[in-house]
Amino acid sequence: MKLELRGITKRFGSLVANDSIDLVVEPGEIHCLLGENGAGKSTLMNVLYGLYQPDDGQIVVNDQKVAFSGPGDAMAAGIGMVHQHFMLIPVFTVAENVMLGQEHVGAGGLLDMEAARRDVREISERYGFNVDPDAYVENLPVGVQQRVEIIKALVRKADVLILDEPTAVLTPQETDELIAIMRQLKADGTSIVFITHKLREVKAIADRITVIRRGAVVGEASPGASESELASMMVGRAVSLTVDKEPAEPGDVEFSVTGLSVVDDRGTAVVDDVSFEVRGGEILAVGGVQGNGQTELVEAILGVQERVTGSIRLGGRELLGRGVDDVLAAGVGFVPEDRTVDGVVSSFSVAENLVLDLYKRAPFARGLSLRGSELAKNARQRVEEFDIRTSSIDTPAGTLSGGNQQKVVVARELSRSLKLFIAAQPTRGLDVGSIEFVHKRIVRERDQGTPVIIVSTELDEISALADRIAVMYRGRIVGIVPGDTDRDVLGLMMAGIAPDEAKAEAEANPTEVEHAGETVTDTAPDAAGDQKDGQS
Amino acid sequence: MSAQTVVAPPTPTGQDLAVRPSWKAPIAFAVLALVALITFGILGESGQTSTFGISTSSDAWQIDPLALSSQPVALGLSLVCVVIAAYSAWLVRQGQSVPVWLTVLFAIAFVLAFLVWAVAGEQISFTSLLQGALALSVPLVFGALSGVLCERAGVINIAIEGQLLAGAFLSAVVATLTGSLYVGLLAAIVAGLLVAFVLAVFAIKYIVNQIIVGVVLNVLVLGVTNFLYGQLLAPEASTWNSPGTLPRVEIPLLSEIPVIGPVVFEQTIIVYAMYVTVILVQIALFRTRWGLRVRSVGEHPKAADTLGIKVNTVRFRNVLLGGAVAGLGGAFFTLGNVGAFSREMSAGQGFIALAAMIFGRWSPLGALGAALLFGFANNLQSVLGIIGTPIPSEFMLMLPYILTIFAVAGLVGRVRAPAADGEPYVKS
Repeated sequence: MKLELRGITKRFGSLVANDSIDLVVEPGEIHCLLGENGAGKSTLMNVLYGLYQPDDGQIVVNDQKVAFSGPGDAMAAGIGMVHQHFMLIPVFTVAENVMLGQEHVGAGGLLDMEAARRDVREISERYGFNVDPDAYVENLPVGVQQRVEIIKALVRKADVLILDEPTAVLTPQETDELIAIMRQLKADGTSIVFITHKLREVKAIADRITVIRRGAVVGEASPGASESELASMMVGRAVSLTVDKEPAEPGDVEFSVTGLSVVDDRGTAVVDDVSFEVRGGEILAVGGVQGNGQTELVEAILGVQERVTGSIRLGGRELLGRGVDDVLAAGVGFVPEDRTVDGVVSSFSVAENLVLDLYKRAPFARGLSLRGSELAKNARQRVEEFDIRTSSIDTPAGTLSGGNQQKVVVARELSRSLKLFIAAQPTRGLDVGSIEFVHKRIVRERDQGTPVIIVSTELDEISALADRIAVMYRGRIVGIVPGDTDRDVLGLMMAGIAPDEAKAEAEANPTEVEHAGETVTDTAPDAAGDQKDGQS
Repeated sequence: MSAQTVVAPPTPTGQDLAVRPSWKAPIAFAVLALVALITFGILGESGQTSTFGISTSSDAWQIDPLALSSQPVALGLSLVCVVIAAYSAWLVRQGQSVPVWLTVLFAIAFVLAFLVWAVAGEQISFTSLLQGALALSVPLVFGALSGVLCERAGVINIAIEGQLLAGAFLSAVVATLTGSLYVGLLAAIVAGLLVAFVLAVFAIKYIVNQIIVGVVLNVLVLGVTNFLYGQLLAPEASTWNSPGTLPRVEIPLLSEIPVIGPVVFEQTIIVYAMYVTVILVQIALFRTRWGLRVRSVGEHPKAADTLGIKVNTVRFRNVLLGGAVAGLGGAFFTLGNVGAFSREMSAGQGFIALAAMIFGRWSPLGALGAALLFGFANNLQSVLGIIGTPIPSEFMLMLPYILTIFAVAGLVGRVRAPAADGEPYVKS
């Protein structure tokens, strides 16, 4: 199916989200829509999917002009969409989710579940999805949930599949699997519109690339273009894909964790006898596939985990067993993994969010009252310093883009003088510009002599930032290796192979550079890559 | 990195691991079993008999009243409670959770032990105890069903109380004016629909806080019915408020079954409508396209929207349907039971119905069970109040509500409301 968008314009009030955008998706191609967060990619796709009505422009399917009044029309025209936030009902089974909206009805008006299961199994087998139709969606890993979304679209006979930021929530392995699935779909004649801001993925999979910036198409690029070319098209200026950092000058051991274990509410040890130390002025990156205890480790340090044993010492004082408030007062800055849930209060203004852990102290509080003028002064200063793009300091934080929300969190945490800085997934879901900025600030904090712990599932980010790398696997630390350790060795360690063995194996079976580009983990500025020419 | 060598570990957070069973149930069982053993068994008066009538005088087969020697029987039943408590503790130790049937069994043994103890030296009719319990349950069942219909679609219906009351009022008035009880039933449905319509318009179309609209509607209906009752129904009862009651219809054969027959199958058309509604809603909600869509709208309206389901239309329809069901339930107060409307007749039953819905985990059958339990507790209280028991009647009056609190506080296990319950859906 050939799909054309002609001059699509969509305004929200005074904001022009899409400014007469033209896009042609040829049958059986993977068309990448590349752009930073907030560039208008998702808006465009929501117009295409009938969720938004365009203010101007046309959608043309197979040279026929069409108008979609809702997603139902788009689906009928053969357009399927996998949303960034999955549109699945957690308490329904896979089969129920897939059939919802176009149910098989059998005798007596009852649902024909067997037909629905058959649909799921058929597609699942054709593409090797390995999805159980009777599993409840809430019990499935994110990667499998995404496959359920794809099945949903394919059952509805989608000829064009829109994937909106599909890799944002995936682990490196799941991303590889998704890319394989996309190739298979393409081989079967399905066109794919792949929305992303991750350059490596684009290069790995795209047939054609359209770059969008500030709601308008800025041009097409070929997959052969270098990452820095793509990045500068996307951001509108040359960007640095590497983190400029001086070699670390580690001081004394400021922070140490000894024999730390965390038991979850089912009695499983999710963090298992972990010990490490961090010196002042160095960055320790904690790597590993998502769900290997990293989250629980940092939460234990912050004091929000129950059932923790062992010892956590900061500057000679024991932190374990103290409340979060005490831990923060001891000088720990914490950027949580999920900013929308734990990082900002989305209905609070930017100014309020900037003092969430400071509001009790001078100068923001006087007695029982909060001093609005100090809040505003602080907010204006931080917004300026951290380049937070917001229409005003009174804007609710929830309306900011992901990158700017993260800047709010980072600004808040770095606005105190810290004894320890912890950032979990500091750049997940951020655009190139914001990643660059957040990384710079993290390195600057290190250079001030603060011990820094970064948790990341992205190998690129770890390689870019770390002075030392601790890899976690099933709650244990597999090994702590220098920051310049080879990606292959790190990958093997993430599978639980001890560092020495991993090194030997990686030397015996070296992977090719091209291959690294295919089994992409992410996009974050890439220190190990070959693009050094785009520095600003 | 080489993907083929990196094997994702089984996530430690995976759900295939069994949730560790809670000790709540065994502990509660143990405490209650001890209470039973000491109060009903060991401290019970010896030498008394407790007599339970089984048959009613109209039954074809007469069964002699059951005379039990109070203390030994209560002691025996208490020991059954102790055994169940021990077994549940053993189950939890083994890492299994306490099955629902065991809880039910425990409750039956406990209640029987209590009854034998409380009735010592007296006589009560078992059949009329259950009959009364069912009568008190009917409005609760309808109310809880109304709640299920609304909340499964994501709208909280606090106005059940008002819908019951409106149904009771209008059915009495219309039945008196037209002289037809069945037209009165229709009027009850219309009354419930009207209240629900206001709720739906404000909650869904104008996105006013659903709980506030519901509470306001309750107060409104209360005020309107009180006013009209004072102005019209009380002074001129024969013109406005003497509908009479619906006849009891005996189902041939089934009504001959001892105990169950007279309780279940000698009822008015409203009660039969209740049986049918419960079964219909249960099937419709979980086995049909309509039900799948309703539940999707209550869980994740945006997902439903992206699949072409009209979220607010589904919600609007369900709120109206819920109102109709609650209205019909209201008719039971007047046409099914008393035969006339009186001031504030629903007396908070709409709120207890909400508790029954939660206790029943938002399922029609569960709501039925919970409502029957509440009705039983309520009736037990009044029956025992009449024959006089060792417990002060004030405590007996609390019984249904204490039961409600325990039930809602989690003795029923993890209760999960529909995820989008009470959240208006606004298309962006």
